[in-house]
Amino acid sequence: MFQILNEDGKIVNEEDVPDLSDEQLKELMRRMVYTRVLDQRSIALNRQGRLGFYAPTAGQEASQLGSQFALEQEDFLLPGYRDVPQLIWQGLPLYQAFLFSRGHFHGNQMPEGVHAVSPQIIIGAQYVQAAGVALGMKKRGKKNVAVTYTGDGGTSQGDFYEGINFAGAYKAPAIFFVQNNRFAISVPVEKQTNAKTLAQKAVAAGIEGIQVDGMDVLAVYAATKHARERAINGEGPMLIETLTYRYGPHTMAGDDPTRYRTEDLDNEWEKKDPLVRYRKYLESKNLWSEEEENKVIDQAKEEIKQAIKQADQYPKQKVTDLMANMYEELPYNLQEQMEEYKEKESK
Amino acid sequence: MAQMTMIQAITDALRTELKNDENVLVFGEDVGKNGGVFRATEGLQAEFGEERVFDTPLAESGIGGLAIGLGLQGFRPVPEIQFFGFIYEVMDSISGQMARMRYRSGGVHHSPITVRAPFGGGVHTPELHADSLEGLVAQQPGLKVVIPSTPYDAKGLLIASIRDNDPVIFLEHMKLYRSFRGEVPEEEYTIELGKADVKREGTDVTLIAYGAMVHACLKAADELAENGINAEVIDLRTVSPLDIETIIESVKKTNRVVVVQEAQRQAGVAANVVAEIQERAILHLEAPVLRVTAPDTVYAFSEAEEVWLPNHKDIVEKVNSVMNF
Repeated sequence: MFQILNEDGKIVNEEDVPDLSDEQLKELMRRMVYTRVLDQRSIALNRQGRLGFYAPTAGQEASQLGSQFALEQEDFLLPGYRDVPQLIWQGLPLYQAFLFSRGHFHGNQMPEGVHAVSPQIIIGAQYVQAAGVALGMKKRGKKNVAVTYTGDGGTSQGDFYEGINFAGAYKAPAIFFVQNNRFAISVPVEKQTNAKTLAQKAVAAGIEGIQVDGMDVLAVYAATKHARERAINGEGPMLIETLTYRYGPHTMAGDDPTRYRTEDLDNEWEKKDPLVRYRKYLESKNLWSEEEENKVIDQAKEEIKQAIKQADQYPKQKVTDLMANMYEELPYNLQEQMEEYKEKESK
Repeated sequence: MAQMTMIQAITDALRTELKNDENVLVFGEDVGKNGGVFRATEGLQAEFGEERVFDTPLAESGIGGLAIGLGLQGFRPVPEIQFFGFIYEVMDSISGQMARMRYRSGGVHHSPITVRAPFGGGVHTPELHADSLEGLVAQQPGLKVVIPSTPYDAKGLLIASIRDNDPVIFLEHMKLYRSFRGEVPEEEYTIELGKADVKREGTDVTLIAYGAMVHACLKAADELAENGINAEVIDLRTVSPLDIETIIESVKKTNRVVVVQEAQRQAGVAANVVAEIQERAILHLEAPVLRVTAPDTVYAFSEAEEVWLPNHKDIVEKVNSVMNF
């Protein structure tokens, strides 16, 4: 397992420490703290009925943000349903992320310059698409990568194997992330596969695979940076398995992790917390303080408050909006139904 | 008789058949330890062991293929597809393989499989979780497509499905899982597949529906009765193959029909019902057969769900049109 920072926030692998400025190192921490606050607030908003679908992210910040931090703006992101934070840091406004949660189509409309599709709901579908985006980039002569994410369960899907195999066959510049958070809803990874690691699945596709400490933001960043450089230099795709943990339920729709997880396991993983260890590291370099952290927390809370307000004020999605988005030109059936539903909506 | 929700009736049916026949196997994503995301398989693994009730890796296509193989070994697989919107992932196994097993082997092999899946809207699920895709599977010859609307029917139909030697797609409307209770006998019983049920007798107009829309029809019928219109409500229960006899008999009696489905309008089950009626009973009709459906868009998850889903008012409105034709 590739690691740079251990659980105590000490460097264990000097030669792979990424070349980041103090400001960049702090920015990584800011993003993780912000995202943890966003997760806590999203859970609360969901419980109040003010959000729709929500998949908690706490525990996975290093995997999600360490990898995203290594990307360029022109790289193309194909996230899974839990990967909203990467989209936000890649430029999706927060209020749109909230609209996505509510099933509003404006939440899926990426602003100009954000090269991404909205989070995939079907497990693994983004893997095959990533191979296509990456091949397209190669054909266009771009020096960019397609980056996609799924969980440990996703590696059982046919789409997973097809995606890594296609990308390998075409030497397409793709980075395939498996965020191994130990459970596919309730099924532990040991019951998901007989493979010792998920990274080793790369071998069958003839591509590079690496297992990374997914609670170590510097390791995830370094591995992604490396994969990115390889890919744009024509050396083909890479599969990165990050060992991580979701502290919360699978989603906020009634999943109860106490049915399938023990408190001991939760405690064991909380000791590896990505924020705690990275904070220790930054403090040892005099780059972080409680005051700084509180500032980020306050800023996050304020921005979240504003964003939810903005989402509330955005015009509610109508059935006629859906009709308008089905085809480039409305066919006869939808033309007729448009009139009918305009009337229904005006009531 | 016990009072049960539909989900309890389903668990009861699974338990009954796991007890009755050691060849019955229940499997799928999260059905074991977790008891299913809706708890339909709650307690079954503890009762029957991991050999009979087990979690699978996360792969719908794999679940379908596994079921076919186990069926070839003489088992009666009852796989769960976690949400029917994930059916596209397993479409080849269902339509391309299990539906054709009997035909391809000239009757030597069959697929005694019951694929269970929750579907249907109104419970604020995310994208691809609520879609009504029964039309997709109903178009495939070789499959039976069963959709219960009450706890009583759910138990009897599920037991019959598991005992059937042909593949059955058994669809459970999420909104009906816990929305009401009904009387369900504790002992085992079956309801014949392919038989519709007249849920309410009437003389003026026939409402044909299945799943959650049966309840919308019954509500509409109550409202219509206040205005002196006596509606008959037919619950198809099996949408493929259709119970033509019950449908035509009712058309001959009422001469007016409205077909109701939660699914989008284009193609689908309601369109087929209308086609069968006009081919077989056109001279008994006093008005065109009308449909109440969702519009032809993807499912409007979350925000616009309530407007998108057909309701009893839409049904009353359509009935008034056929009455005044």
